Amino acid sequence: MSDQILWEETVHGGQTWSHVLERGQALRLTDVEGGANVSALFYNSKQTDERYNMPDTLKAQHIARLTEGFVLYSDMGRILCSVTQDTVGWHDPIGGTLSAAQVKAKYGEKSYQEHRNGWTQSAREGLLLELAKYSMGPRDITPTLNLFSKVQVDEAGGMHYIPGNSKAGDTVELRAEMDVLVVLAANHHPMEPGSVYAPKPVQLTVKRVAAPAADDPCRVSRPENGRGFILTERYAQ
Amino acid sequence: MSTPTNISLDVVLPAGDGFSGVVKAGQRFRIIDLEGNQAVDTLFYNADDYEDSYSAVETICAQRNIYLTKGTNLVTQNGNVLMTIVDDTCGRHDTLGGACSQESNMVRYDIGKRHMHACRQTFLRYGKQEGLEKRDITHNVNFFMNVPVTPEGKLTFEDGISESGKYVELEARMDTLVVISNCPQLNNPCNAYNPTPVRLLIWKP
Repeated sequence: MSDQILWEETVHGGQTWSHVLERGQALRLTDVEGGANVSALFYNSKQTDERYNMPDTLKAQHIARLTEGFVLYSDMGRILCSVTQDTVGWHDPIGGTLSAAQVKAKYGEKSYQEHRNGWTQSAREGLLLELAKYSMGPRDITPTLNLFSKVQVDEAGGMHYIPGNSKAGDTVELRAEMDVLVVLAANHHPMEPGSVYAPKPVQLTVKRVAAPAADDPCRVSRPENGRGFILTERYAQ
Repeated sequence: MSTPTNISLDVVLPAGDGFSGVVKAGQRFRIIDLEGNQAVDTLFYNADDYEDSYSAVETICAQRNIYLTKGTNLVTQNGNVLMTIVDDTCGRHDTLGGACSQESNMVRYDIGKRHMHACRQTFLRYGKQEGLEKRDITHNVNFFMNVPVTPEGKLTFEDGISESGKYVELEARMDTLVVISNCPQLNNPCNAYNPTPVRLLIWKP
């Protein structure tokens, strides 16, 4: 079965977005201008206390970055999404999310009255508002996966933001392995240099895709992921 | 090691057991690795507002370094400092490796490992006593654990750098609820497949 595009839309810089991506669907994100950052949260839409678990994702796959061939684990040993395609090569799971206070300190404040939808918003406040639409709050927020961004760790543990990680036209695609509530904020990465508030837009493409085959690259990439797919398919047939 | 006075807690915590209690602002909290290379999985909450919980990513981003050691502030989701590490004879502690669970053990080791004891069982049990539910269980600190990240983006579990008698000491900046699982993991070489007891001390200097 070839991919079938269901629809496309734009997430403007500073905006949040959420949607239940059903098993068998995929979400492709495109960095329209280059230099985008999308802070992403993931939940089992049927039981939202099962959610993306950053440490379980990292230690099952021995990684501190996400790219094609790797998967996002929930706290229940199941796979929420697989990264099935990626032209970027590095997405950051450890760099955190800007709060309203941090946005104000770094970028100043632009009011809605004066700047309309160009006002300053923080990823964290945006994500909390989006979660509130599903009756969730601060207890439900986890470290975000920061798509399109790169944070490199040196030998001494120092964290370094690497600019220019994502170019205009770069894409990453996430395939849902169960019904997943995806919550996104297109906003600045906390470690991004600069003092001008100008978060970049991303293009979203929602598609219907084939179920992962027996030789799916994410499934066979390592024995842990093979077991993760078994546990996921026991849950979400 | 300064000699504690006004001791309000002095216990030996066996492997596989847990602890929960409040360290009041100004009090010191010392964890001693009695036999070496034991992982002490620890969660922290603002004792007046559990929603304001310890954040692994806020903590490492605030200091721009993934390793916790002397001088590290433990930062909450809302940017508050709960505790500061004021003494550390081990030198490096982890906060990216999370806590083992029965479910993650099935993924990491074998689907047949579901029956084995795990840290998140202990977190659920001791958290419940404090009114915490599963969704309050955030990403913890692993005292005495060595989890390096490479510049290429690999995460590895290296042999421990702790040994018998090494300790870490924290001072509370706010009243802080501490929930501990003294890790029961039997599948990971990081503790030589041998989980061991630790000693906990709370006192007012």
